[in-house]
Amino acid sequence: MLIPHPLLGLRDAQEFTYLGDASLLNRPDGMAEGAAEALHDYLYLRDNPAGEHRELWFHEQGDRSWLVVTRNTLTHEITQVEFAADVARQKGADQ
Amino acid sequence: MRYSAARLLWEGLKGHKGWGRAWRDPEPKPSYDVVIIGGGGHGLATAHYLSKVYGVRDVAVLEKGWIGGGNVGRNTTIIRSNYLLDGNEPFYEFSMKLWENLEQDLNYNAMVSQRGIMNLIHTDAQRDAFRRRGNAMRLYGAGSELLDADQVRKEVPFLNFDNARFPIKGALVQRRGGTVRHDAVAWGYARSADQHGVDIIQNCEVTGFRIENGKVLGIETTRGYIGAGKVGVAVAGNSSRVMAKAGMRLPIESHVLQAFVSEGLKPVIPGVITFGAGHFYVSQSDKGGLVFGGDIDGYNTYAQRGNMPVVEDVAEGGVALMPIIGRARLLRMWGGIMDMSMDGSPFIDKTHIDGLYFNGGWCYGGFKATPASGYAFAHLLATDTPHDTATAYRLDRFRSGAMIDEKGMGAQPNLH
Repeated sequence: MLIPHPLLGLRDAQEFTYLGDASLLNRPDGMAEGAAEALHDYLYLRDNPAGEHRELWFHEQGDRSWLVVTRNTLTHEITQVEFAADVARQKGADQ
Repeated sequence: MRYSAARLLWEGLKGHKGWGRAWRDPEPKPSYDVVIIGGGGHGLATAHYLSKVYGVRDVAVLEKGWIGGGNVGRNTTIIRSNYLLDGNEPFYEFSMKLWENLEQDLNYNAMVSQRGIMNLIHTDAQRDAFRRRGNAMRLYGAGSELLDADQVRKEVPFLNFDNARFPIKGALVQRRGGTVRHDAVAWGYARSADQHGVDIIQNCEVTGFRIENGKVLGIETTRGYIGAGKVGVAVAGNSSRVMAKAGMRLPIESHVLQAFVSEGLKPVIPGVITFGAGHFYVSQSDKGGLVFGGDIDGYNTYAQRGNMPVVEDVAEGGVALMPIIGRARLLRMWGGIMDMSMDGSPFIDKTHIDGLYFNGGWCYGGFKATPASGYAFAHLLATDTPHDTATAYRLDRFRSGAMIDEKGMGAQPNLH
């Protein structure tokens, strides 16, 4: 599997460490009302879709950036790669 | 029809024309007392024990493809009960006891072969950990032996004992472990369940649940609506997809595990051997092929095929452990989809929806659990109480903190 890194071009997936669903970027507020339940869902429950999946990969053997990769879990086809930092900043700006 | 030596002789004289099919191919009825979704090992075992032990005969097993076409036909056929934790060990030992009487129970030759499983030790710390695990196994009657390097050498002299980095210092052995002909497990359970009145309905995909006022009434399928008093889901690998149709999110990710078999060789490996320094396990089938595997690929996938880096990793593990494997040619390789749960342990539990029961999250250890999983799930479906050996396999254990994390990896499914 090759991952098209936004800066470095096609890189072997072996250079990366996989974390999982990109929803892990959306950590709930631990001080909010009902935080225990929200954190349980955040930490343990997954959509685990068959098809398009947005997921976090860490370029550990490369430039050490976190990427949000959109990949099809049925075909392994990668359709979009973004820096996780950009995704998080955009989310902050939208709020 | 009972299978027996006399029957074989009789049929032999008549040209083997009278065997007939091993199970029927019925049309689905409008409704059943219990519908089991998933005609794999666990679903068929559930149907067998439900009908034979618990006397629930109005049962259907629905299978999207053909029975035994999923993970029960894709594993490395190993059985063992060498776990550490209290939530696991009694369950897997119960499974081992069921394996030991499986063929008599089913009247079917599943080629259960207790040729032993040997977990190799490479460091002093590992010996301590394995001694502790061996003691935990003995507490539940599973039996274990701790061997030193000379004893291991006597049994499997072809291993690389003096590897500079990973010398073999001993092994934890369970003599009752071994292998089973995996397809025969599915077929044996199917035949027995069918004889006890269970309808096995193949090519029948579940498309949705009919749920009203928090109670499940039946299932929408590609072969029409089927009403059900209770629904048991046993579709490990695809659990998230099926339970999503009931509006549930699970503590599970789907990952691919690859397995490999070499060309047929003369007998060389007496039992199952696992490498303690890398992730590699190997046994030899009755046909002579070396059957081996290693780690999951490590990313979410529903594609039943893996990628080359893991193939390389498994091959490296094999050659490090037993250099003679380098001369064997690879015949086939394949992948199966695993329910990787958040603590590496399975679920056999009710859901919050009345009448809907869930069995899944088997990670890559589901095959050895097949009999106990079926038994415990049948117990739950029939009595609404968990089986004594499966009380820890609750869906809410992450909320309560009662995780069963054999490897101590935390909520990172691809590391279990």
